[in-house]
Amino acid sequence: MDLLSIKNLEIEFPSRRGTVVAVNDVNLTVQPGEVLGVVGESGAGKSTIGNAVIGLLEPPGRMSGGEVYLKGEQINNLSSEEKRKIRGRRIGMIFQDPLTSLDPLQTVEQQLVETIELHLKLGEAKAKERAIDLLHQVGIPNPELRVKHYPHQFSGGMRQRVVIALALCAEPEVIIADEPTTALDVSIQAQILELMRKLCQEKQVGMLIITHDMGVIADITDRVAVMYRGNLVEEGTTQKILGNPDHPYTKSLISAVPRPDIRLKRFPMVDYIEKEEDRKKLLDISTHWLGQARDFDAVEGPLVEVEDLVMTFVTKPAFLKKNRQTFNAVNGVSFEIRQGEVFGLVGESGSGKSTVARMISGLYKPAKGAVKFGGTNLTEIKSEKELDYFRRQMQMIFQDPFSSLNGRMRVMDIVAEPIRFHKLTSSNAETEGIVMDLLEHVGLGRQAAVRFPHEFSGGQRQRISIARALATRPRFLICDEPTSALDVSIQAQILNLLKDLQEELGLTMLFISHDLPVIRQMCDRVGVMKMGELVEVTETEKLFTAPEAPYSQELLSLMPKLDNLSQQGLQVEGA
Amino acid sequence: MEKTIEKTRFERFLDSDVWHSFKSSPVAIISSLVTLIMILAALFAPYIAPHDPFDLVSIDIMDSNLPPAWQEFGEARFLLGTDDQGRDILSTIMYGARISLFVGFASVIFSMVVGITLGLISGYAGGRVDAFIMRVADIQLSFPAILIALLIDGVARGIVPKELHEELSIYVLIFAIGISGWVQYARTVRGSTLVERNKEYVQAARVIGIRPGTILRRHILPNVMGPVMVIATIHLAIAIITEATLSFLGVGVPPTTPSLGTLIRIGNEYLFSGEWWITIFPGITLVILVLAVNLLGDWLRDALNPKLR
Repeated sequence: MDLLSIKNLEIEFPSRRGTVVAVNDVNLTVQPGEVLGVVGESGAGKSTIGNAVIGLLEPPGRMSGGEVYLKGEQINNLSSEEKRKIRGRRIGMIFQDPLTSLDPLQTVEQQLVETIELHLKLGEAKAKERAIDLLHQVGIPNPELRVKHYPHQFSGGMRQRVVIALALCAEPEVIIADEPTTALDVSIQAQILELMRKLCQEKQVGMLIITHDMGVIADITDRVAVMYRGNLVEEGTTQKILGNPDHPYTKSLISAVPRPDIRLKRFPMVDYIEKEEDRKKLLDISTHWLGQARDFDAVEGPLVEVEDLVMTFVTKPAFLKKNRQTFNAVNGVSFEIRQGEVFGLVGESGSGKSTVARMISGLYKPAKGAVKFGGTNLTEIKSEKELDYFRRQMQMIFQDPFSSLNGRMRVMDIVAEPIRFHKLTSSNAETEGIVMDLLEHVGLGRQAAVRFPHEFSGGQRQRISIARALATRPRFLICDEPTSALDVSIQAQILNLLKDLQEELGLTMLFISHDLPVIRQMCDRVGVMKMGELVEVTETEKLFTAPEAPYSQELLSLMPKLDNLSQQGLQVEGA
Repeated sequence: MEKTIEKTRFERFLDSDVWHSFKSSPVAIISSLVTLIMILAALFAPYIAPHDPFDLVSIDIMDSNLPPAWQEFGEARFLLGTDDQGRDILSTIMYGARISLFVGFASVIFSMVVGITLGLISGYAGGRVDAFIMRVADIQLSFPAILIALLIDGVARGIVPKELHEELSIYVLIFAIGISGWVQYARTVRGSTLVERNKEYVQAARVIGIRPGTILRRHILPNVMGPVMVIATIHLAIAIITEATLSFLGVGVPPTTPSLGTLIRIGNEYLFSGEWWITIFPGITLVILVLAVNLLGDWLRDALNPKLR
């Protein structure tokens, strides 16, 4: 008998613009001690399945068909009171954000004891003992002491361990984990996944893990179900799905995963989901305005030099300077970016890599140190007019495509703004023509100009951002996590586009990412950052084959392996 | 071909969630209809009012203190009766609502301009500028708004020469009510600005080199206007009430151009001698107007709040 079995599940979301079928005829089973991964891109319906199993569908969503069985007992038609008894007791849950899934006003002990008492009907003393025991099991050091602490006193990884302890409280038979490690750094992700895997086997719990991350899938699951637009397109053992997928969608998805082991020329087969507008009749860059010689001085030597940069943030403001408390987010960072190369900065969250980018682009004023562009120290320039000359040469692409475009402006005005501001053209008609060409060149098509940002998907918005950044004809482009908010197949498209543009326009790039495989695909040289300091600067290939600094070695060892991925249709760089 | 994709602003509005919410809310439809009718009646008072209460030629003292038409001694000419000078109550209400609405709208716009400007500066500049503006706001908030309005009104009357009092009193009133209301706008706009200025589209504009003034005007302002419109609607009701209160206390508009508040005050003196209609009808008008505007504001607040959708 299956531990958990989902039969012909159908979920729909009625809205005033018609009913959306979020999940369509899905069949899944989970066995004791097994980890089943449900993978898919945003909007595929994977989280909806998890919510439906535990009876927590967000209204107006509703189950319009199918059955859910727990150990052969149908649970989807129970009353909400009976469902509530199953939740937590027989089905445990782990959510994405450890910060919001714990009550900030209660100690960890109170939250654990409450759940234990509720489900296991133990006395308070016994429940407290069990709480400490649980924290011990999930690997929290000093559980006797830590149990009295509040959630904010734990780090992100520790908090997620507490959430896991909470899910394990009542010894559930099934655990549903919805993106359990997405909010965590790689190093912590590896630990948490290992813990979950171990607990699953020890306690013979079945786990349904919902994720968009192929690394997580490769690390922890036994079997994988691939979702695409509400449909289950393929299901099989993890090895089979990753190594030899059958369905065209799965193939395209696997080929879009950035690989840590080899460097590709381009990502193949990436247009299954979102077709790029025809880029065939590409502009002839050599004759077009975009590629024409610009009025910038030629630079000898490195284009950008960063010398001993320090950035200080005030953590406790005060009226008087001496009472302020500060924190150095970046501490003495120096490196240079050569002309025409892609320089990567990699590090975990809080390592200061974005802060460095913001100092170079002038968004932050460094507390100490110099940013030199073509030999000129930008931090010493006072006049805005003089700075404008350098601003034109340097543009930035941001992380979040949903907040990086002003929703009240048409795409035409968004992309034309830098051209108009710097008065790069002689007439408005010329500006509009250039914007149209640009939009076409980034794969959006000319008619995008008259629309508003909310009419576009995340990947398309990132294309608009890229068009805006290119509108000043810069020679240096800063990309701050340009794809970390995007789905893998869209990420692959955007990375392809950035590679193409870099080649065509001879751009120099600073590419920031927390994702080592992405760095490997994009960068020529890399700097590794840790807690505001640069621990290693080296050639990308050297970092991945022979890292020197201990921290780089650690980061690389924690990276999901993904070494049995299908290699269908790949073109390896240099091969 | 491009024309077919481009939606006009009107088409986008018809497709918006706000319009949809409006269509399915009877309260919103009724209150906006009531407000609209009142505004139109006030606006076109000179053309549609049955009498001109300020035309001395047409007023007859013999018509004074007539009750409403359906009462004994009532006359069909004067639907809601007349006051002590023989003026038609319905007409004076229409003319009075004109003054009330004018003062209301003008002081709301005045508050908005001051509040939004200071809020944008405060939120974007931060630091000491922010601290200063917000402390001034806090100090003002520790006094009741009506007291501030009274104070400014009193001071202004002291400064302005006596012969200009009647002429300027309405502008003094607008200034007083406007100044007493800017804090709400400033606080809301500052809060939204703090959120917006950290969004990446603002940083993108800064990387391009666009100056702070342009960023505030072109990028931040349009994105903080949603909550401002909600406050403005509710504030309109408050401003009308404040004007009525000041006029009722005798420090508002002069009796020669009576507003609803002035009418209520004049009628108040006759309330206990039996001529109830002189004060009750302007009072009811004021209540309906303020209630309608308030309900409209409440609906707008809910419609623009994504959490309640």
